[in-house]
Amino acid sequence: MDFTLDSEQTALRDAVRGLLSKSYDSTETRREITKTDPGFSEKTWTQLAELGALGLPFAEEDGGFGAGPVEVSIVAEEIGRVLAPEPYLETILAGGLVADLGSAEQRADVIGRVAEGALVLSLAHHDIGDAVVATASGDTWTLSGVKEPVLHGARADLLVVTARTDAGVGVFLVDPSADGVERTGYRTHDGGRAARVAFDGAAATPLGDPTADASDAVALAKARGQIALGHEAVGAMDVALRTTTEYLKTRKQFGVPLNTFQALTFRAADLYVSAELARSTVTWATLVLQDEPERAVEAASRAKMQVSRAGRHIGQEAIQLHGGIGMTAEYSVGHYTSRLTAIDHTLGDGSEHLARLASTVTDHGVVDPIG
Amino acid sequence: MKLRLSEEDAAFREEMRTFFTTQVPQSIRDTVAARRELTKDQIVETQQILNAAGLAVPNWPVEWGGKDWTPLQRHIWHEEMQLASVPAPLAFNASMVGPVIAAFGSQEVKERFLPATANLDIWWSQGFSEPDAGSDLASLRTVARREGDEYVVNGQKTWTTLGQYGDWIFTLVRTDPDAPKKQQGISFLLIDMTSPGLTVRPIELIDGGHEVNEVFFEDVRVPAENLVGEENRGWDYAKFLLGNERVGVAPVGSTKRWLAAAKELAGDRIAGDPVLATRVAGLENELLALELTALRVVAHSADGKPHPASSVLKLRGTELQQAVTELYVDLAGPLSLASGAGDGSGVPDWARVSTPQYLNFRKASIYGGSNEVQRQIIAKTILGL
Ligand SMILES: Cc1cc2nc3c(=O)[nH]c(=O)nc-3n(C[C@H](O)[C@H](O)[C@H](O)COP(=O)(O)OP(=O)(O)OC[C@H]3O[C@@H](n4cnc5c(N)ncnc54)[C@H](O)[C@@H]3O)c2cc1C
Repeated sequence: MDFTLDSEQTALRDAVRGLLSKSYDSTETRREITKTDPGFSEKTWTQLAELGALGLPFAEEDGGFGAGPVEVSIVAEEIGRVLAPEPYLETILAGGLVADLGSAEQRADVIGRVAEGALVLSLAHHDIGDAVVATASGDTWTLSGVKEPVLHGARADLLVVTARTDAGVGVFLVDPSADGVERTGYRTHDGGRAARVAFDGAAATPLGDPTADASDAVALAKARGQIALGHEAVGAMDVALRTTTEYLKTRKQFGVPLNTFQALTFRAADLYVSAELARSTVTWATLVLQDEPERAVEAASRAKMQVSRAGRHIGQEAIQLHGGIGMTAEYSVGHYTSRLTAIDHTLGDGSEHLARLASTVTDHGVVDPIG
Repeated sequence: MKLRLSEEDAAFREEMRTFFTTQVPQSIRDTVAARRELTKDQIVETQQILNAAGLAVPNWPVEWGGKDWTPLQRHIWHEEMQLASVPAPLAFNASMVGPVIAAFGSQEVKERFLPATANLDIWWSQGFSEPDAGSDLASLRTVARREGDEYVVNGQKTWTTLGQYGDWIFTLVRTDPDAPKKQQGISFLLIDMTSPGLTVRPIELIDGGHEVNEVFFEDVRVPAENLVGEENRGWDYAKFLLGNERVGVAPVGSTKRWLAAAKELAGDRIAGDPVLATRVAGLENELLALELTALRVVAHSADGKPHPASSVLKLRGTELQQAVTELYVDLAGPLSLASGAGDGSGVPDWARVSTPQYLNFRKASIYGGSNEVQRQIIAKTILGL
């Protein structure tokens, strides 16, 4: 058992941190970038690609760099530290499905371009009403229905869409500029972008075999996304906590720095406890994904739930301990709280994961993390 | 990074598991599993079985019976012991006074006490706290006045756990009342509890049990050779001891076992009650997070020093321990009132002990450095506040 990064992984972390801390050197810079569409910096996206960050999870023969979940987690955590709004999660989610389900040609066509930063993907999987339905006529497929919110759906060059088929769940590639696709983009509260994507007989290409149920592949892709998001959250929590403790040391009231009030330092100590427990669980889930992918869906649920609790705790208290300044858009902690809230509600929130874990709680005695 | 235990560690775990489940008498393990109080003899018997196999004091220097284990192996040893319902070696001996003597005692003191301490031939009590010195331990007032080659001790200790079994008591005493700082005039003294002038008086706790005591010293004469280390340096040794105490005090393994047992006792109820099921699932996840944090801590404390985050383990570990005892009371519901029912009662055993145990475990967040003290440590030493 080993929880430390090796030297290559440390180098990757330093490189990504170096790049992102330049791109997002202040709250102001990030606000400027998230103000105008597409809500992220195309330049930073290209630089991330040049660094190799976008191809990490994919096999070399598909055009990726053949790294693993740990490397992905490193990038995700750095993204979280500066709240970089680039569509990295979408690459993990949608790219992962292409890698898992796609034919050799589909993989060759998509993955290489994703790794180069030339193709922004988005996974359209959230049904706002009835599920999107896929219909076959001969060999050609069409989709109808609405997905919303689709993260980065308006900017995406290619949509990966889940839809109901006779076999259960199918996954399809859709060219968003095709007839029958209508996209309405908007801003999300955390400065990100999402879209309503309506399909009306839109042409779709099945990823892999459309007569097979792809539920398991979708669940695994979501688990990968949940775990990466967990690392993003851990990065954000770490910075929110540091920012808060620094503030307690410098802000003076009643003639003394705030850290002379034990009522406040004790709350900071509890935030540290939450952050450490979340980091432990998320790191573990990454290692489960790496070593025992068949347990990854459950591990991801456990991690996401821990992240939900810790994120709320840290987000809420970071603002409270800052007082009024924490409420302002010029200051950073509010943005961290907003992002942590968005992460909580992406790919299943704490209650959803808790309910899922509760439904199987009597199937086992103890939870053994190392199997 | 990797999750799996190495082959050696996995083999080590298997070895521990086999030993604990086959070599420690079933009746003792059943007592622990049923969360019933152990007798002194059961505790002594277990420790002697462990000691004979070299498994009682692995944290000590090798020369005194310790093992050159990695922190991870030590962790596995501890967890497997708890999972197998084996009573851990008496903490006062194995994790408190033993390491202090081994680190700071003279050769004579080591030879005289360490083998007997490892084998529980001597039952140690901890005489630190006093009525007016709890969290603020350094304000203790029990005095030891040097007279020739003896100390004469006067004062009072309190909260002495299992002092009724104690053969010896390790104490912090004030040897220099005029020292400029209150931490500076304190010494670490070993006292035979059969000494004239020493009396032990029981304190009854809210669960009706008797596990703590007051200890009074009236002109108790203690040979000067029973001093550990140097005079007036006792505070350093106490800090060393308290650091060790905190590391072992988050019993993740036994809390996990309790929770698993609660599920079994509740039978179909949990599956049919979503509120209960989410509560149990939530606890399981918190325990998982804690266990993983413990693993991170041991994986990172390669130099043998406690990781700063060990305060997280004490703080959260005791909270979860308490949450599980609370769960038992709630599962028992009205049956939890039957704590005084005798053997003829229709109320199951676990339900009868649930409330006394719940009340008893309120202690966990008070002793071993109260949870407020842990928050203070995190805020000061980790967050720099
Ligand atoms: C069951 C049991 C067994 C024990 N066994 C032993 C034993 O064997 N040997 C031994 O020496 N001692 C033993 N203790 C004593 C234990 O270590 C003390 O109870 C503990 O140190 C707390 O001291 P106190 O009880 O005087 O509480 P106090 O120090 O008076 O504290 C009262 C409350 O105030 C809080 N508090 C105190 N100071 C601060 C501060 N600066 N900031 C914020 N909050 C603060 C505490 O956390 C607590 O909640 C035992 C205690 C119990 C309950």
